[in-house]
Amino acid sequence: MTAIVNIFLKEGVLDPQGKAIHHALDAMNFEGVNDVRMGKQIILKLTSTNKDDAMKEVSKMAEDILANTVIEDYTIELV
Amino acid sequence: MKNIAVLQFPGTNCDLDTKYAFEKLGCNTTVIWHKETKLPENTDLVVVPGGFSYGDYLRSGAIAQFSPIMKAVIEHANHGGQVLGICNGFQILTEVGLLPGALKRNINLHFISKFQTLKVINNSNNFLQKCDNNEILNIPIAHADGNYYIDEESYKELEANEQILVRYCDENGEPVVVNGSVTSIAGVCNSTKNVFGLMPHPERALENILGSEDGIKMLEGLIA
Repeated sequence: MTAIVNIFLKEGVLDPQGKAIHHALDAMNFEGVNDVRMGKQIILKLTSTNKDDAMKEVSKMAEDILANTVIEDYTIELV
Repeated sequence: MKNIAVLQFPGTNCDLDTKYAFEKLGCNTTVIWHKETKLPENTDLVVVPGGFSYGDYLRSGAIAQFSPIMKAVIEHANHGGQVLGICNGFQILTEVGLLPGALKRNINLHFISKFQTLKVINNSNNFLQKCDNNEILNIPIAHADGNYYIDEESYKELEANEQILVRYCDENGEPVVVNGSVTSIAGVCNSTKNVFGLMPHPERALENILGSEDGIKMLEGLIA
């Protein structure tokens, strides 16, 4: 099983990198972009075949190290 | 003579400057590799120095927080022992939860390296006891992730408990935006005032010939 962890700064926490990308898109005349958020994606190849166990385990990884929950939110997708 | 333990992770690059600083102040100073599980006996102060531990991979300080020596550092702090985190050390101490808040990418996305004036906000702690409140210090900064973030509620606690140590300011002491930090915060301490963290480098401000000796009175407070 594969876990895809997406990590982004929380809503309300200013994202300087997203802002810079937005600025660049504006400068390149790409119109119609309201907001840009930049995050990171971590892909984990798991040995587990049980979705519940995997979700539990990856949630703990996200809380403990993958994300800094003071400033970041995360989502986990199992495929 | 005070005993200082300076931690060294892969990618730390201010360990020897920090050792030099505390030796200059007359301390017995040992550099401790991060794989050690114990601090030297009778350690008075642990310094987590600046640098790029683990190449800043994942987040600055994120991986170093799980190095074996950190368990001993947490224990030292929980027993009232003093800990100082400088720059990457500050990032590590927030990641491991010994200090509140987090350090984000600088608002202008640049690595900022220059002398910066700082205003002393609260000297009611060991670290800044040799400084006056509102005193202006000139200390180098060198970081990409120094944009201090803390949620509003925790910020109020910081302020009420006098945990804000220094703010970035101009030459008149007015707060300035350097990296986007909440209310220009450059350093904080924990609620029991034995764990300190700041982005500026006091160990690089020990000699006027190199630009400033204001770092001495900061570091001296911890060994008084």
